[in-house]
Amino acid sequence: MLAESLALSAVLFSIGAIGVLTRRNAIVIFMCVELMLNAVNLTFVALSKVYGMAGQVFVVFVMTVAAAEAAVGLAIIIAIFRHKQTVNLENINLLKG
Amino acid sequence: MPNFFYQVNFYLFGLIAIASSIAFVTRKSPVAAVLWLVNTMFCLAVLYVMLEAQFIGVIQVLVYAGAIMVVFLFVVMLLNLGQPTEIADIRGKWGKLAAAFLGLALLAQVAALSGKRMPEPFIPGTGYDAQAVRDLGAVGSVAQPLFNEYLLAFELTSILLLVAIVGAVVIGRRRQINAR
Repeated sequence: MLAESLALSAVLFSIGAIGVLTRRNAIVIFMCVELMLNAVNLTFVALSKVYGMAGQVFVVFVMTVAAAEAAVGLAIIIAIFRHKQTVNLENINLLKG
Repeated sequence: MPNFFYQVNFYLFGLIAIASSIAFVTRKSPVAAVLWLVNTMFCLAVLYVMLEAQFIGVIQVLVYAGAIMVVFLFVVMLLNLGQPTEIADIRGKWGKLAAAFLGLALLAQVAALSGKRMPEPFIPGTGYDAQAVRDLGAVGSVAQPLFNEYLLAFELTSILLLVAIVGAVVIGRRRQINAR
């Protein structure tokens, strides 16, 4: 089922990328990034049946990085919300020239 | 060749995963989006188990669906974002067009690549040792490389988590300690 897994992973990654581009809510964009990480995890697991168990070890690392990213990213979102009272990226344009 | 029941289940959960991720991207309410994403992750956990990665399937449910998504839900609750806002959350026509174009381009690249022959160094080897996996079990076969070949990376992960915890506390703190 290697080909099917890789195709499913590509589709999920594309949906995640589309979500990042179309949404304005910072939290939803974060979740789209999580979906893209999940798609990559599926690739790792599918290929670990061919290349060896190292793929599953990398999935553990990816999950750790995702957890760290969620913690720091959500802290940043809370800090921005305290400052601007919104998480809509249209209104967060302090760095725009 | 896997049997018919296995294939039907594989396609079924794959389709549910795609459908719920599309629902996740298109929902306006953040709470609905989180719940659809949790559904996608459950389907992926099923697929991990079907791909004989039982341990990864378990930590997918425990860590991803159980911990990370609960943190997301918690933040949505904390910021009181449960209702869809008056301003439409989804970008306008041009944003949607650009996103559709990019999505189709990514899929077209995958479709073009799937017909190609892989170059010599990338042809799958025989690194998967079914006998060793059977001997060590689902957890042991992951732990064996994790604590031998990748021990340094594993230890560095702990530093990463420490940095993330300290960073989250510092960023999330309301004000400086010496401010009052």
